[in-house]
Amino acid sequence: MNAYLKLDHIDKHFDRGGNRAEVLKDINLIIEKGEFVSIIGHSGCGKSTLLNLIAGLAPVSAGAVLLENREVNSPGPERAVVFQNHSLLPWLSVYENVNLAVSKVFGRAKNKAERHDWVMANLDLVQMAHAKDKRPSEISGGMKQRVGIARALAMEPKILLLDEPFGALDALTRAHLQDAVMEIHARLGNTMVMITHDVDEAVLLSDRIVMMTNGPAARIGEVLDVPIARPRHRIELASDRAYLKCREAVLKFLYERHRFVEAAE
Amino acid sequence: MSALAKQDNIPANAAAKPAANVVPFSRRPTSRIDLKHIGSIVLRNVVPPMVVLGLILMVWQVLCSSPDASLPSPLVVWQQSYDLIAYPFFNNGSQDIGLGWRVLVSLQRVAYGFGLAAVAGVVVGAIIGQSVWAMRGLDPIFQVLRTVPPLAWLPLSLAAFQNASPSAIFVIFITSIWPVIINTAVGVRNIPQDYRNVAKVLRLNQFEFFFKIMLPSAAPYIFTGLRIGIGLSWLAIVAAEMLTGGVGIGFFIWDAWNSSRLPDIIVALAYIGIVGFALDKLVSALGSIITRGASAN
Repeated sequence: MNAYLKLDHIDKHFDRGGNRAEVLKDINLIIEKGEFVSIIGHSGCGKSTLLNLIAGLAPVSAGAVLLENREVNSPGPERAVVFQNHSLLPWLSVYENVNLAVSKVFGRAKNKAERHDWVMANLDLVQMAHAKDKRPSEISGGMKQRVGIARALAMEPKILLLDEPFGALDALTRAHLQDAVMEIHARLGNTMVMITHDVDEAVLLSDRIVMMTNGPAARIGEVLDVPIARPRHRIELASDRAYLKCREAVLKFLYERHRFVEAAE
Repeated sequence: MSALAKQDNIPANAAAKPAANVVPFSRRPTSRIDLKHIGSIVLRNVVPPMVVLGLILMVWQVLCSSPDASLPSPLVVWQQSYDLIAYPFFNNGSQDIGLGWRVLVSLQRVAYGFGLAAVAGVVVGAIIGQSVWAMRGLDPIFQVLRTVPPLAWLPLSLAAFQNASPSAIFVIFITSIWPVIINTAVGVRNIPQDYRNVAKVLRLNQFEFFFKIMLPSAAPYIFTGLRIGIGLSWLAIVAAEMLTGGVGIGFFIWDAWNSSRLPDIIVALAYIGIVGFALDKLVSALGSIITRGASAN
């Protein structure tokens, strides 16, 4: 396997007043270039923490995150994040939000006209060019998330990290955005890592699904290959044998073997 | 006001729709001045205070119209201080100038002192808001210092600067800086973690973070601090000028008291009140223009 992103024996714990809370224990994962990997698990299992570790927003307690064989321990635009609640800056227009990223990342490499074209190209990619002068408060939740994706893509990241990107959206909007992400993945061939708690979403989008056990000290329980050819269409897949099998495997993992027990301690 | 504008716009738009085949989204229905709209604003916002003011003046006139009243009645004020009321900008030599000029001199001092306080307050507040240790060290000290009345600083300030004008400016500065610092620090501490994460992923440096994330995000808090600050500095300037002399509005009141010109004092009070009100509205208007959209999410 060609290691593009490698998570090498990662532990993560938080120390608070002498108490140690183990969150992640011995996480090993190798992700290839161009792969779409979903990380699924019950809430509180530390999957968002894992994404923060990859993004560099939180330090690992032990082990290392390696991107192209180089250790990463601080955030950077080559690991762009699409945040769960879009995190657009409300005082900037849609265009300015994307432009902030573009001018920071390509301030030297591109001239002004090229930067403008690049901002517009990315807004076009998520079909938001028409709203470029609107403020985030003037557009819908789905549109905000599209702009968040455009902002992340505009950084030309080596890896796109998606932190439950569609969690706050209604089902119809979510389906639209999933299709948009699939299309972008097909067109650009980015490496993407997505956190989700939606089984259908994970199976539909991913090449592989990483299933996490429950915390504390969560581990990778199982990694499932999704052997479904792309392009995928949600309607055709609804009765596809491979799709149903994958879906069942994930459901079994989540609800039989690692049932979420509230207040486990 | 904005709610009212919206209410008026909706029927105008609706009326325009059936007239044309293409729905004129871009046409602005408020191209002509809406007399009814303005009339209702005047009715709601100007008439009630005018009525109350009239009542107060009447009661005041009745209370102070007896010959042995200790304070002048409104009519007496009008007669004896007519030149001050009607001509704010006359200039008959060094101490015989209109109240408009005096207010301007005072405003200039406030501009220096408050301007310095605003800049220094935002910077210090940003540092305190960013750093837990700076907050732990400085916040208690600031909480004590901010309760010191403005005039208590004046003797020290005179001793340090040896000159009346910079002393007055320093008093303004030291009076108005605390709310700016404290509010900025709160605003900076309340910057959502999401925005900080965005800044981290983009690798914004301290400078970029300050201007692109911190200032706009904390702007509503900062302007609340500035608004309190400008009110305090206007309070302080009058008191400071009474003691330092010069040509400001504060000294005018002291001077009028020493020469028993009570009507002049009353006119000066009205000037101070109106200017203070205007300053407050100015900062608040500035704030609402600049922070437009910053709080909406």
